[in-house]
Amino acid sequence: MTNITVSTSELSRSYGARTAVHDISFELRQGEVLGLLGPNGAGKTTTLQMLAGCLAPGAGRIEICGIDLLERPREAKALLGFLPETPPLYRDLTVDEYLRFAARLHRVPKADIPAALERTKQRCGLADTGKRLIGSLSKGFQQRVGIAQAIVHNPRVVILDEPTVGLDPIQIREIRSLIRELGGKYSVILSTHILPEVESVCDRIQIMDRGQLVFSGDFAELKQAHPEQASLEEVFIHLTQQEEQA
Amino acid sequence: MIFTIAAKELKTLFASPLAWIILAVLECLLAWFFLGQIDAFLTVQPQLAALANPPGVTELIVTPLFGIAAMIMLMVVPPLSMRLIAEERRNQTMALLLSAPVSITEIILGKFLGLMAFLALFIGLTALMSFSLYSGAMLDLELLAGNILGLVLLAASFAALGLFISSLTSHPIIAAIGTLGAFLGLWVVDISARDPDSLLHYLSLLKHFESFNRGVIATADAAYFILFTVLFLVLAVRRLDRDRL
Repeated sequence: MTNITVSTSELSRSYGARTAVHDISFELRQGEVLGLLGPNGAGKTTTLQMLAGCLAPGAGRIEICGIDLLERPREAKALLGFLPETPPLYRDLTVDEYLRFAARLHRVPKADIPAALERTKQRCGLADTGKRLIGSLSKGFQQRVGIAQAIVHNPRVVILDEPTVGLDPIQIREIRSLIRELGGKYSVILSTHILPEVESVCDRIQIMDRGQLVFSGDFAELKQAHPEQASLEEVFIHLTQQEEQA
Repeated sequence: MIFTIAAKELKTLFASPLAWIILAVLECLLAWFFLGQIDAFLTVQPQLAALANPPGVTELIVTPLFGIAAMIMLMVVPPLSMRLIAEERRNQTMALLLSAPVSITEIILGKFLGLMAFLALFIGLTALMSFSLYSGAMLDLELLAGNILGLVLLAASFAALGLFISSLTSHPIIAAIGTLGAFLGLWVVDISARDPDSLLHYLSLLKHFESFNRGVIATADAAYFILFTVLFLVLAVRRLDRDRL
């Protein structure tokens, strides 16, 4: 029981008349990396925003380490780290000032902040950029600051929304190995529409299409469920286009 | 948590040249006006000495100085308050605050206090300028204190309204212009209303500030500013909360 870090049941959300997410239930265990896959507009970002508490669900429940996110948001959110699609960076602050602010916001005790900052910068490859203004950093470094912000308070669950978008191949590789490393300690949920990324970092995959989960399981289960498809790409196309024909 | 957010707001304000330029320009304007008042006082001083119960230096210099400071406040708050929420929306940085274990009320109060700290600096500088008269004249300290209190309450009302208008939009400039319009409206609303007991008169910020300016600290005036501040802070909390729904 204790090693289930995220559990959602019958999560739904609509914008006006349009349903963005419909009836999503899943569980995530400690140390797992879950890849949320889907074409554009499938509802990945909406799902992640609901998990992070930035968006109130229309219906359903979310529990983070057994704490209800809607009833006890303060305690649940303290266990979460979130990197949205656009990293929420204040360009006028330096990396150190920004991370210190993020740590304070997440209630890291004052005495522990210098150590937390040092550790996080080390992990994210930001050791030499502490004094630089965020606005003057390259896109790849800004993305790293975004990830650093999400893990500075040692959360149990890390939620990353398209963490490798707009990076060069070397940066993508570095970020992926960072995600794998994070997966060893925390639970990680990441959304992407880059299939090789999922194959290289995720333990489990969930495929979403038009607001609904069309597949959920690990790679072995995926092979078992769809023996006629040779690769993840084919399964993905099969699952998301099948819906279209139906 | 509130103070963490307030400290960050103050830091970002001073990280940009805007805050420094505003403080510098205001000090220049106020100092010029202050010296002008002193000059005027010195010219009329011989005649004042002949009067039985002459107005003191506080009435003739400090009161007009605070009157001008209030007018300046009206123009200074919009460019400062516009960014508070609108810019976070525009840069999509709101997610950091929303996903952190802080409540919407804490976010709004933090931002409000951050802006108030800056305005308090401005008020403090104005008060210091008046206080410099203490070296050479008898200063009515109670009148000065009344003026400071009035200006603080006025600043709080302005900051709360500015914060609320900033929470309505994702364009800082629209927030600034909307805020300035609302301030001016509240300032001059009593001009058209002839009857001094009318509702419009009662809504006027100018009227409520004037009594503090004269040294009258009335509960009704203080209550007006406090209610005004609380109302717009609550509205801002509600507005921001609606973003999540």
